[in-house]
Amino acid sequence: MTHAAPPFDVTRIREDFPILSTRVRGLPLVFLDSGASAQKPRVVLAAMTRFLETSYANVHRGAYHLSEVATEAYENARAAVARFLNAATPREIVFTANATAGFNLLAHSFGPSCRAVVVSEMEHHANLVPWQMLRDRAGVELRICRVTDAGELDLDHLASLLADGRVGLVSVTHMSNVLGTVTPAERIVAMAHAAGARVALDGSQAAVHRRVDVQALGCDFYVFTGHKLYGPNGIGVLYGRLELLEAMPPFLGGGDMISEVTLSGFVPASVPARFEAGTPPIAEAVGLHAAIDYVSAIGMGAIEAHERRLTDHAMARLSALPGIRVLGAAQDRGGVFSVAVDTAHAHDVATLLDRRGIAVRSGRHCAEPLHARFGVESTCRASFGLYTTEAEVDAFADALAEAREFFR
Amino acid sequence: MLAPLDSLYQEIVREHGKHPRNHRRIEGAVHARGDNPMCGDRVDVFLALDEGGTVSDAAFLAKGCAICVASGSLMTEALRGLDAAAARALSAGFRAWARTGERPEAMPDSLAPLAAVHEYPSRVKCATLPWVTLEAALDGRGRASSE
Repeated sequence: MTHAAPPFDVTRIREDFPILSTRVRGLPLVFLDSGASAQKPRVVLAAMTRFLETSYANVHRGAYHLSEVATEAYENARAAVARFLNAATPREIVFTANATAGFNLLAHSFGPSCRAVVVSEMEHHANLVPWQMLRDRAGVELRICRVTDAGELDLDHLASLLADGRVGLVSVTHMSNVLGTVTPAERIVAMAHAAGARVALDGSQAAVHRRVDVQALGCDFYVFTGHKLYGPNGIGVLYGRLELLEAMPPFLGGGDMISEVTLSGFVPASVPARFEAGTPPIAEAVGLHAAIDYVSAIGMGAIEAHERRLTDHAMARLSALPGIRVLGAAQDRGGVFSVAVDTAHAHDVATLLDRRGIAVRSGRHCAEPLHARFGVESTCRASFGLYTTEAEVDAFADALAEAREFFR
Repeated sequence: MLAPLDSLYQEIVREHGKHPRNHRRIEGAVHARGDNPMCGDRVDVFLALDEGGTVSDAAFLAKGCAICVASGSLMTEALRGLDAAAARALSAGFRAWARTGERPEAMPDSLAPLAAVHEYPSRVKCATLPWVTLEAALDGRGRASSE
């Protein structure tokens, strides 16, 4: 890990995000909920507006100029995502509505080819419930890999789950949205492939904070969502290795996913159109493209280094506070901190923080089984973005200490 | 120090949140359970009714935030001596008050601190969970949800 990162001017970067100058009840906004959805830089908003004002039409349909322009913009976005993930070809990039839609697609179109699927205790519901539905619908066994007390994937347990060779897919998070744990993707891939299983990674958090190279990771599928990557909501990505996608049947049926339809049947289109039924999120693809260009210009390495400094600072501040418990203590972790305050419920803490202008999420963050695993009902979660400052981390820590006293 | 929290977290709400009244089970009582699936808050409401249908005892068990617990505490204090129709009217009145901030007629002063929750739209469900659970108990439904 390198701490000798290029200069990172967070003050300058914050100027790119109009909403960050908002005041909440007269106080500066301290936005610490980027893990739920990140704010958007002006270039993303401008790219979408420009596209809608000058180039919008439906894609893959009209033999007219605007439709061709829009189709080109949409396919350029696919190519940008392919470069962002280092996919072998843009054909490996499927646009979805969000990460949840990506996992539902996988569960429907790849899941039935598996005898068993492994997920972990620290999955977001988006990478848990679709597999439970697959189990209930098709009888595919669902195995749950344990998480250690430190909040890391229990790799010994994973090995035992893979031992009988029945597992067709290991679908786990690349970075926990509750614990901040970054999972050892290369090791998971090596273990799974040795046991004949494919690997899907939930990159909803990880892809925002680190450079992701799907070929270096060796994963078979990678899922993320646009709105956490400073892009618009309504668009997500499923990366899949081409030969796997080509062997998969479609999920949703409708327009654009077929090559031929008669009243008696249809022939599905080739990949990736096969998985993009209906009018896709077109302007959103343009926005995602702009977001990828934006973070790429800053550099994922520079973003990672900035967030690592914030994460180290947050860990030092929070672990020094009496009565504040941080869930998870993984060796490799990012800027997501879920905390329990011993004197107060998470909602009461969050309301107090809100009165300080601090936006955090409270509850179970779509990870109810993980909260049960750590024996807490709910937590307050601060999650960082590239625009987060050390002063904001301090404001969070100070307000937690005040909340503990206030509700004592 | 935390002045802006004025209206909602008045001393009375914090005190009832920390030390709720009637926080117990009533064996053989009319009962319902209410859940807020978003945050995991859970409330059990118990009503003992006499032969005339009047609430002779009301109690609750809650696992939740200060607003939810204080609401259950103040609710059970306000219920005693009411018949089912009056309890329903009180519940409907409080829920409207908590949502809009407009005080319906004939609402007891004791609920005023809680009604300040209307300034915090995301917290209204915390305050109303005991009440929707009460309504489920009165209706003979075993379960309620704040969603």
